[in-house]
Amino acid sequence: MDSTIAASELMNSGAEAVLRALKAQGVDVIFGYPGGAVLPLYDALFKQNEIRHILVRHEQAAVHAAEGYARSTGKVGVVLVTSGPGATNAVTGLVDALMDSIPLVCLSGQVPTHLIGNDAFQEADTTGITRPATKHNYLVKKSEDLVRVMHEAFLVARTGRPGPVLIDLPKDILIAPAPYREPSNAPHRSYRPRTEPDPRRIEEAVAMLKRAERPVIYAGGGVINAGPEASRLLVEFTRLTGFPITNTLMGLGAYPASDPLFVGMLGMHGTYEANLAMHGCDVMLNIGARFDDRVTGRLNAFSPNSKKIHADIDPASINKSVMVDVAIVGDALATLKALIAAWKQDTAQPNRTALTKWWGQIDAWRAKDSLRFTQNRDPGSIIKPQYAIEQLYKATRGRETFITTEVGQHQMWAAQYFRFEKPNRWMTSGGLGTMGYGLPAAMGAQVAHPDALVIDIAGEASILMNIQEMGTLAQYRLPVKIFILNNQYMGMVRQWQELLHGSRYSSSYSEALPDFVKLAESFHAVGLRAEKVDDLDKVIAEMLAVDRPVIADICVDQKENVFPMIPSGAAHNEMLLGPEHKGTSGPAVTNEGMALV
Amino acid sequence: MSDSTLRSATISVLVENESGVLARVIGLFSGRGYNIDNLTVAPVERDGSKSRITVVTRGTAMVIEQIKAQLDRLVPVYKVLDLSEGPHLARELALIKVLGTGEKRAEALRLADAFRARVIDATTESFTFELTGATDKLDAFLELMRPLGLAEVSRTGVAAIARGVKTIT
Ligand SMILES: Cc1cc2nc3c(=O)[nH]c(=O)nc-3n(C[C@H](O)[C@H](O)[C@H](O)COP(=O)(O)OP(=O)(O)OC[C@H]3O[C@@H](n4cnc5c(N)ncnc54)[C@H](O)[C@@H]3O)c2cc1C
Ligand SMILES: Cc1ncc(C[n+]2csc(CCOP(=O)(O)OP(=O)(O)O)c2C)c(N)n1
Ligand SMILES: [Mg+2]
Repeated sequence: MDSTIAASELMNSGAEAVLRALKAQGVDVIFGYPGGAVLPLYDALFKQNEIRHILVRHEQAAVHAAEGYARSTGKVGVVLVTSGPGATNAVTGLVDALMDSIPLVCLSGQVPTHLIGNDAFQEADTTGITRPATKHNYLVKKSEDLVRVMHEAFLVARTGRPGPVLIDLPKDILIAPAPYREPSNAPHRSYRPRTEPDPRRIEEAVAMLKRAERPVIYAGGGVINAGPEASRLLVEFTRLTGFPITNTLMGLGAYPASDPLFVGMLGMHGTYEANLAMHGCDVMLNIGARFDDRVTGRLNAFSPNSKKIHADIDPASINKSVMVDVAIVGDALATLKALIAAWKQDTAQPNRTALTKWWGQIDAWRAKDSLRFTQNRDPGSIIKPQYAIEQLYKATRGRETFITTEVGQHQMWAAQYFRFEKPNRWMTSGGLGTMGYGLPAAMGAQVAHPDALVIDIAGEASILMNIQEMGTLAQYRLPVKIFILNNQYMGMVRQWQELLHGSRYSSSYSEALPDFVKLAESFHAVGLRAEKVDDLDKVIAEMLAVDRPVIADICVDQKENVFPMIPSGAAHNEMLLGPEHKGTSGPAVTNEGMALV
Repeated sequence: MSDSTLRSATISVLVENESGVLARVIGLFSGRGYNIDNLTVAPVERDGSKSRITVVTRGTAMVIEQIKAQLDRLVPVYKVLDLSEGPHLARELALIKVLGTGEKRAEALRLADAFRARVIDATTESFTFELTGATDKLDAFLELMRPLGLAEVSRTGVAAIARGVKTIT
C-alpha cells in the first residue's frame, strides 16, 4: 500500500478529494440535503457535473432513496447530510439498510476538529450514535486519511455482507488541501470476508440433498445481494434438482414466481404450501436467508425433523437462532456455482420416487389455495385490497416494473399478490419494517431507471411519514406512482388488535386524513381515486398512462386481514387461514406469544 | 434443541489500534445482551498499531460461537481466539490496600506472604499489596483480607495467552 503514496496528488480541498474518490468509485448520483458543515462539499458539487445531486426534503428520505437506488442497481448508494440534525435524521435509514444488508456510503458533515467535544453548534457525536447503526463508521481527523477512508468505505459497504458505512467529515478537513490516491487493490489489513465456499462442505451438502426424500430450498435476500447471476444460478440449480423452492420477503424475485417449482413466500404471511413444506421437509437448503423470527415462528417447533444446510456469507448468521448440520460460508454466487458443479459430478441419483410423493403432498397443500379471496364485481362493490394488487399486477405485466412498499398489510398483500420474475425489482423494508420507506425508495429506483415504471404500494398511514418527498418527485420530474391501499386504519396494527387484544382498536384509526387527490395536486402531481370496484381498472390505467408522479387513492375494505398468518409464538403447522377457509381455526395465542412482536 | 448449559470463555481479540475500537467491542456486548465478566485492553505491537483485548464472558455454546463470529466481523478486528478451547494461561494483577493495626495487621502480612503478594507500600496503619495470579486466587486473597481491614482494590483484569507454541497471529 505504501508504494501508492508516491502516486498521491495534492487536491485543493478535502471536498474536491472526496468528489474525486466518489467518481473513482463509479458514483454518478448522490442523495442529500445541505447545511453549514457540508457547504464546502456543496460548493465542490456546484463546480462539476459528473455527479448528480438529488435534493431530498428530509435526510431519512435521502437514505431510503439511496437504498432504493442500491437495491435496484446492485451498486452502492450514496448519501450526503450535514452535521447534527442532518446526521441524526439519517439514523433510521442507516439502521434500515443495516438490517436489510443494503450497501450505502453516508457522508455526514461534522464541526471542525478543534471544536469536536465542545457542544459546538450542530454538533452531535455522529460516530457514537451510528456505531450500532452501520456496518462500520469513520471520523476523519487528518487530511492524509481522507481518501483512504473514502475508498475503504466503499469496499466495506459492498463486499462481504453488504451494509451502510458512514464517514463523518469535519469541516476543516473538507476545506484543507488533501492528498488524492487511486483505490488500491491491496487487501485490507484486517477486513477480509470469505467468499469462496469450502469444497468439503459443498460435497457434504450435495450428498445430503441427493439422499433427500422431502427436500426444500429456502432462498433469501443474500441471493439478491450476490447479483442477478446468482439468481440465474439459483434457477439452474433448482431445476437441476427438481426441488420445491420458497423465498423470504427479502428474497422475492430471486426465483421467478411463475415457475411451477416455486411454492410462494414462506413465514408469518407465507403460503400454506411453503410453510408446510418447511415444516415437513427432511432436508432444507437455506441460501442467503437468516432464519428470521418472521420466518421460523416458534423456534422449538421450526422444521423439527430436517437436516439443515445453511449457505451464508456472514458466519454470524449461521447457528444464530437455528442450529444447522452443514454450514457453508461464502458468497451465494460462488456457492451456487459450486453446488451445481458438485451436483453434476456426484454420481448418486436423487430419490425420484420419494420426490414425486413429496410433490404430491405439496400439490395437495397448494390445492388449498391459501391466498384465495372473493371480490364482488357488482358495480358499486367495495374493493378488496388483494384484488387491487392483482389488477395492478395484471396491468403492469410486460413492462419493466419496480415495486417498493411502505410497511403494513398493504406490504404483505403486495408480497403475496404481485408476482416477481426477476431480482432487484422488489424493494421493501423487511428487517426494520420502516413506515415511510416506500416513497423515497421509489424515488431512488426511479432516478436509477428513469424510463421504468416505479410504483410505491402504500398504506394511507405510512405514506404520510415521508410525504414531503412529493416535492422531490416534482422537482426532478420523477414519475413515481403511489398506489395507496386506503383502509383508513393502520391496518396491520388493527389486525393484531382484532386477533390479540379483543378488537380494542386503540389509536389505530387513521383519523383526519388529507384528501390525497388534492394533496397530489398541491405537489404538482396527478391525484386519482377509486372508491368502488368499477373504478379500479380505469384508475390503474390512467395512473399508468401519465408520465408524471401520481397518487392513486384506492379505497379498500377496512376490515380485511392478511392471511395466512402464523400467530406469534406458533409453529408453521399452526397457521391461521382466512375467512375463505372456514373450519380451519388456529391455535390459541399464549402469553409468551403475546410478548413477541 | 440446543445445549443450555453455560460456560465461561476467555477470548482474545487482536484489533487495529484506532479510536473507537474498544467502544465497538463493548457496544457489541451491551447491544446484543452478552455478558462481560472481565475485560482488558492494551497495545501490543512495537509501533502501537495493534491492541489486544481479552474478554471473559459467559454463555451457552451457541452464544459463545455467536460472540466470536460477531467480534470477527468487526472491520478493525484481525483475529479472534477462544483461549478456553485449549490449555492457556490467565493472570490478573491487583493492588490491594489493607488498613489496620495490631494483630490483624500482622495476620494480613502473614497471609500476604503465603499468597506471595508483595508489599509495595506501607505505613504504620496500612499495607498496599501487589498480587498477581489467576482470578480465583485474587478472589480468595481478597476474601481473606476482608475481615482484616480490606479498604480498596484496583485490578487490571485478565491477560491471557495460549500454552505452548500456539500464538494469536
Ligand atoms: C410487517 C412485516 C411482516 C413480515 N412478514 C414476513 C413473512 O411472512 N415472511 C418473510 O420471509 N419475511 C417477513 N418479513 C421480513 C422479515 O422481517 C425479514 O426481513 C426477512 O424474513 C429476512 O429475509 P432473509 O432471511 O432473506 O434475510 P436478509 O435480511 O435479506 O439477509 C440476507 C442474509 O443473506 C446473507 N448474505 C448477504 N449477502 C450475501 C451474499 N452475497 N451471499 C450469501 N449470503 C449473503 C446475509 O448475511 C444474511 O444472513 C416481514 C416484515 C414485516 C415488516
Ligand atoms: C416508523 C414506524 N412506526 C410504527 C410502526 C408500526 N406499524 C407497523 S404497520 C403500521 C400501520 C401501517 O398502516 P398503513 O400504512 O395504513 O398500512 P396498512 O397496514 O393499513 O396497510 C404501524 C403503525 C412501523 N412499522 N414503523
Ligand atoms: Mg392503512
